[in-house]
Amino acid sequence: MIAIGTSSGLGVSLAALPPDWPGGYWWHWLVFVVIILAFVVVMVMAYIYIERRFVGRIQVRLGPNRAGPFGVLQPVADAIKVLLKEDIIPAKGDKLVHWLAPVVAFVPVLMIFAVVPFQNGALLADLNIGILYIVAISSVATVGIFMAGWASNNKFSLLGAMRDVAQVVSYEIPLILAIAGVVLVAGTLSMNGIVQAQSVPFILFQPLGFLIFFLAACAEVNRTPFDLLEAESEIVAGFHTEYSGMKFALFYLVEYAEVLALSAIATTLFLSGWRGPGLPPVLWFLIKVFAVFFLVVWVRGTIPRLRIDQVMAFAWKCLLPLALINLFITGLEIVALPQGLPWFMILVNIAIMIILILLWSRFFRLGGGRVEV
Amino acid sequence: MKFERYGIGIAKGMSVTFRHLLRKPVTTQYPEERLTISRRSRGNELIWDREKCTGCATCAKTCPQGVIEVVTSRGEENNYVVEKFEVDTGYCIFCGLCVEACPYDALFMGYDYERAKYRRGELVMAKEGLLLTDEKQPSGYARPKVEATLPQQTLLVDRAEYLDKVKKKWDLRLPFGL
Repeated sequence: MIAIGTSSGLGVSLAALPPDWPGGYWWHWLVFVVIILAFVVVMVMAYIYIERRFVGRIQVRLGPNRAGPFGVLQPVADAIKVLLKEDIIPAKGDKLVHWLAPVVAFVPVLMIFAVVPFQNGALLADLNIGILYIVAISSVATVGIFMAGWASNNKFSLLGAMRDVAQVVSYEIPLILAIAGVVLVAGTLSMNGIVQAQSVPFILFQPLGFLIFFLAACAEVNRTPFDLLEAESEIVAGFHTEYSGMKFALFYLVEYAEVLALSAIATTLFLSGWRGPGLPPVLWFLIKVFAVFFLVVWVRGTIPRLRIDQVMAFAWKCLLPLALINLFITGLEIVALPQGLPWFMILVNIAIMIILILLWSRFFRLGGGRVEV
Repeated sequence: MKFERYGIGIAKGMSVTFRHLLRKPVTTQYPEERLTISRRSRGNELIWDREKCTGCATCAKTCPQGVIEVVTSRGEENNYVVEKFEVDTGYCIFCGLCVEACPYDALFMGYDYERAKYRRGELVMAKEGLLLTDEKQPSGYARPKVEATLPQQTLLVDRAEYLDKVKKKWDLRLPFGL
């Protein structure tokens, strides 16, 4: 979709060239762009439905069950409703930026899926820097959210956007350090290469890394324990207070597409992607994506929203040192341990994870109800 | 060594929510299922007793919304004959002051709560629509004599049955069941 045309000049290259399609790359790209668009939209709808049903069941109610059999058409009904609503722009808002913000937020999220392998070699572009590309591109969505907060001419919007920027800046660091551990073990940055390197899922090699990645990514995509940017008990609806109609729908889509990206990346990095016995690879990929999503929803249904100082302290005092130690230990193991000792490494890493978590529970404290400034 | 600060709380919370995931939902699917409402609950329904009403229009004077309209004529024994007793329940706030004010115990609050209508005009209740019937029975609101005759009930009549239904494990054959 981007940058591939000029790739040779930047030293980026496609690791595995597309198969011999008639007409060269263009057909490959066209087909995969269509597949990715369909995948994102359909999966977002499935996610919205599944999340509402699961959270409903966690709260001992049923969730949406009216539209269609078992309520499966509820996301469709929601989409139609939100598209037909009036589009309101604040009178003193920055109209162009207000209009542009949802697009700026949505496009990078869609671009993440260009390097997610659905099965061996089945991806839009097998970049040799796949995971670096994801890290680079995923943060751009924050610009869109900040644009939305700025253009709305509303203090709540701006507050929410500021919180999001602070959160993303803080959580990006442990996130990337956790990804770096995986890259060390795999020895490649290519997403397809990382999956091919996982004869054993990396969640076993990197249990602490997975935990850090999951928490930091949850904060990055603003899932509920960390959804301070739209904390309705504090700042109305955060950055999308002034959004309605189609533009709000786009932000809603971004929110769930980001969760989809989170689950796809976690699947690829830690759960051995499309690999698995018996079933076709695409099915394995989807099963793992849904498993990660279930974990996300489960966390959302359990843990209440944190305070802003707790969120920041958690990133800098807890996740960052743990991620550094994890990276250090992983590097040490890669250098010192001979090849072919995975089970020893797995046991050691799990033991280290438990020790570190217990230790940091000792170290990491917030004043008992007192806000640390 | 206490394990309160080691993520045990989060693990406990996660297990609680997971157990709730497998529980039977407690919600009532309203149009299909209804809870049996106690006769003692005070609903949004006015009931008018034709025999007891003397047409004094105290209720109309008490009504803060002014939605009760009473028109009377002179009867044979120099009494009031109620020609018109009309309540526009679209404006009624169901405060119950008319029931409390009635000196002849001719007005009651019922226990019905479903007042939605398809047309605005249907909300205006005339004499016949307000009469006592088998379905429209008075609740004990502001009527101690009626209250004494009502059975001793909590709000949910089939409480035991309801709790039994809730406690039952979720039927796993219907994973998202309706």
